[in-house]
Amino acid sequence: MDSTAIAEHIPRLRRYARALAGDSHRADDLVQDTLERALSKFHLWRHGSDLRAWMFSIMHNVFINQLKARRELALDEATEAALESPPQSDPLQLRDLDAALRRLPAEQREVLLLVGLEQLSYLEASQALDVPVGTVMSRLSRGRERLRALMSDANLSDASSATNLKVVK
Amino acid sequence: MSNINENDLHAYADGQLDDARRVLVEAHLAHDPAAAELVRVWREQNEALRALYNPVLNEPLPQRLLALRAQRRRWPYYALAAGTMCLGFALGWMTQAYRTDPFIEAAALPRRAAIAYAVYAPEVRHPVEVGADQQDHLVKWLSKRLGSELKAPVLTQQGFDLVGGRLLPGGKGPVAQFMYQDAKGQRITLYVSHRDAEPRDTAFRFSQEDKVGVFYWIDGKLGYALSGEMARANLLAVASVVYRQLNP
Repeated sequence: MDSTAIAEHIPRLRRYARALAGDSHRADDLVQDTLERALSKFHLWRHGSDLRAWMFSIMHNVFINQLKARRELALDEATEAALESPPQSDPLQLRDLDAALRRLPAEQREVLLLVGLEQLSYLEASQALDVPVGTVMSRLSRGRERLRALMSDANLSDASSATNLKVVK
Repeated sequence: MSNINENDLHAYADGQLDDARRVLVEAHLAHDPAAAELVRVWREQNEALRALYNPVLNEPLPQRLLALRAQRRRWPYYALAAGTMCLGFALGWMTQAYRTDPFIEAAALPRRAAIAYAVYAPEVRHPVEVGADQQDHLVKWLSKRLGSELKAPVLTQQGFDLVGGRLLPGGKGPVAQFMYQDAKGQRITLYVSHRDAEPRDTAFRFSQEDKVGVFYWIDGKLGYALSGEMARANLLAVASVVYRQLNP
């Protein structure tokens, strides 16, 4: 076994990072830090265990550290509630899924992406995030509901801006 | 009504239920339109996420991720904790690293092979450039272009006859593709690329590229990838024979 195996996971790590971090520069920062850490800790990886899940767990730790550094992490329900109604709510910016994802608390976004985008099992997601499966489920539930709400708001604002355009014409 | 809870609905939407439980949830959804709507929305979210971010998979890797090859080369030698060796390898790295990309190479081989398979295997009239009736010429020609002595494995025992081969553009130069076909018309291809890097060997690896399964390995100066649309175990059996024939 050699570490070129890690290389095979780069495209999928990049996909996840892009969805998680938003812009491609920050996403590749995340991938780069993750790869560096994975390579330096490769001897800690248990042979036979799922390398992909291990890489995701490393990325999770890197991501959390980066968020802490930027003080963006929703640590508890209180900060989460604050995020729910952002101070400068601009529905016009909320046009697409990517923008809606940015409005989710990081912990919900992670679960939603690991399960929905990367198709990890709930157990794998719980291992990658180092939380119980029950926590994965509750974050998934809240994340999906919030995403649904955000997207329907976005559709409404799209519809209203389209109407406005017509009026202006 | 039933003992279906919200977690079951999520697991159903994500395809994570076993058959028995899935049947129960389906029965429940038939009588609970609100729950069915939730599941529909969640599935739509999953599909939208994949549609939005899957294109990232096919983007070329940025230079700074390629630069990690330096780490990739250094770390095992640290593990060996041999300072003098480090120096030797560092010198080796300085002369080699700019020409080789183990990261890219490992990730790119099965994908390129699968794409080449997907393009030529369905071809009815022109699956190969040079047919098996001119096998000597085919092997000599491809060997010359790749700069390595190639062999076309004999897979008749496994039910596959050589159809022929062709030359393809690879990431860094010419690549050879040998195509085989069984009595049912099922095709497999052996994709052979010449490596610019220092010779090394790897174990078999498997990659599922959409519908195409690929077993690939590196053997000295050549990278091999055997591609086919068949059960993994069957493909592995053929790949093992190929490997044994190429390494008698």
